[in-house]
Amino acid sequence: MSEAKRPRLAVWKFASCDGCQLSLLDCEDELLTLARTVEIANFPEASSAITEGPYDLSLVEGSITTAHDAGRIIKVREQSRHLVTIGACATAGGIQALRNFADVNDFISAVYASPQYISTLATSTPISAHVAVDYELRGCPINKDQLIEVISAFIAGRKPAVAAHSVCVECKRRGTVCVMVQGTPCLGPVTHAGCGAICPAYRRGCYGCYGPMETPNLASLAQQWRALGENPREIRRALQTFNAATEPFRKESEAHAD
Amino acid sequence: MPDETASVQTATAPPSKAMKAVISCDALQALIAALAADYLVLGPTVRDGAIVYEEISDLSQLPAGWKDKQDAGKYRLERREDDAIFGFAVGPHSWKRFLHPPVETLWTGRRDNDGFSIAPAAGEPRKFAFIGVRSCELHAIAIQDKVFIGSPYADVGYRARRQDAFIVAVNCAEAGGTCFCASMETGPEAKNGFDLVLTELLGEARHDFLVDVGSDAGAALLGRLPHRSASDADVAAKAAIIAQTRARMGRALETDGIKELLQSSPNHQRWDDVAARCLTCGNCTMVCPTCFCTTVEDHSDLTGNTAERVRKWDSCFTLDFSYIHGGSVRETGSSRYRQWITHKLANWIDQFGTSGCVGCGRCITWCPLGIDITEEAAAIRANPMTAAGGQHEGT
Repeated sequence: MSEAKRPRLAVWKFASCDGCQLSLLDCEDELLTLARTVEIANFPEASSAITEGPYDLSLVEGSITTAHDAGRIIKVREQSRHLVTIGACATAGGIQALRNFADVNDFISAVYASPQYISTLATSTPISAHVAVDYELRGCPINKDQLIEVISAFIAGRKPAVAAHSVCVECKRRGTVCVMVQGTPCLGPVTHAGCGAICPAYRRGCYGCYGPMETPNLASLAQQWRALGENPREIRRALQTFNAATEPFRKESEAHAD
Repeated sequence: MPDETASVQTATAPPSKAMKAVISCDALQALIAALAADYLVLGPTVRDGAIVYEEISDLSQLPAGWKDKQDAGKYRLERREDDAIFGFAVGPHSWKRFLHPPVETLWTGRRDNDGFSIAPAAGEPRKFAFIGVRSCELHAIAIQDKVFIGSPYADVGYRARRQDAFIVAVNCAEAGGTCFCASMETGPEAKNGFDLVLTELLGEARHDFLVDVGSDAGAALLGRLPHRSASDADVAAKAAIIAQTRARMGRALETDGIKELLQSSPNHQRWDDVAARCLTCGNCTMVCPTCFCTTVEDHSDLTGNTAERVRKWDSCFTLDFSYIHGGSVRETGSSRYRQWITHKLANWIDQFGTSGCVGCGRCITWCPLGIDITEEAAAIRANPMTAAGGQHEGT
């Protein structure tokens, strides 16, 4: 591939912890190949050498929590041929979307010594609530193999091979014994695959980091959690984490009061 | 079936397919060691609170003294009061994961000066020896044989793994809480499809195994082990164990006319009832020893110079499974559960000549919600579709 034809890559940060961008830097085996295959044109987390747009592929991490960012994402979209969101913040609003369930001013006054300096929106919203998104990669954080798959797919002009079924399929493929059938509440049956089913492999229930799977039946799962002895408060808290603002998790979590 | 009179052969006669022998626990260890010279030996072992199938090299790795307590959506290991090695039913794994692996690279393609070249998946598969295959599992393997190598378009990978496999079966002395092989006529007695079959004979003064021979390879291996001819009492003990297991099935499934029953119930109201519970997670299909569906993923690397085709277990409970241009054919949970059970218990008969269900009970035990195929089939039967009843609005 000639130098002139290398696709131009940009990586953007909004409200987030930077963990998903770090997943890209964690691709140690692929990083040199990536740097040869694409021009890393704008990636402040990795390099201060920033060149102007337009960009062929923008990876966007983080959610929209300020008026400033709501304006900035529109400019990112304008400069990007393809825009892919990476991680739970960018695709679902992230853990910071817990503010959507309460009054953000209460959080501000509880957390900051000088709340008058804080200028923020009442909600945390995913990128897709503001601009058109070409692809959403789930996870908190994202899986680096899936990230390479998505980048490779966009370079090749093909569909990424990323499944939207439950975590259970990944558990069974790797031979993990189901923790839920052994009595441990697990969100795996309603959670989007992609992590490789890490938690159940270590005998813990799934935390739902990848958000809802394609056809989640939250009401049925919550009923089974009750049968396993979980109380409504625990069910609500389990659903109100990194993907709390996704419609299936939000709706079911609000059905379980203290 | 072996001739009953053969049981009085002397131990000095060379073992034949008609022979019934008795071996000790030490001889079972010798059997594992002998197989390990030529095979990857796989057998039941305790891991993560369950009995799973993994590589074993020693008798001590088998789950002696354990039993499994199973019910719909529930599985617990408990200690037995004796040291039975095979005193459990079946666990979450089936032999499918070795003969039809969950993830398999089919080929790799590389761009080169002449265009591109295609290389088959790397590495020769190791020969498998399975220890402790149950009758329902032998039937499941026979069903997958039909699927993968029963037509002119054979799956070459499966055929190689299957042809090389050495199977040591075990007659079940315990029926699990979700077992119903007696209903499906697939057990509990292993009748064919094995090289050797063991029946564990456990009493106050004995712990040994009656061995029936199912192949020349099995006879040859038995000949290398210390053994004696089985007595009439040993043979009677085996029959008593099988009769007792048959009488203790945790579940039953009425199979009379089930093909017509399900095929005439596409709009039964029960499908919505089960869909309210069903998580569409796919666990039932993953643990089923006969479910064979796969998806194929094509990957290209960053440089675009290498591509590979990977086959993975798939499930009729995913949206992608029925995706055609414009969307998925089976959007609802009711349509997906209906597809699975109707294929398994009815359409399979049209397609392959047998039921797709062997009554192992895994789909019942390992459903996180405990949805029970025997209960759902019974509910359809209890309220068959007529012009007046059983209808719903469709899916």
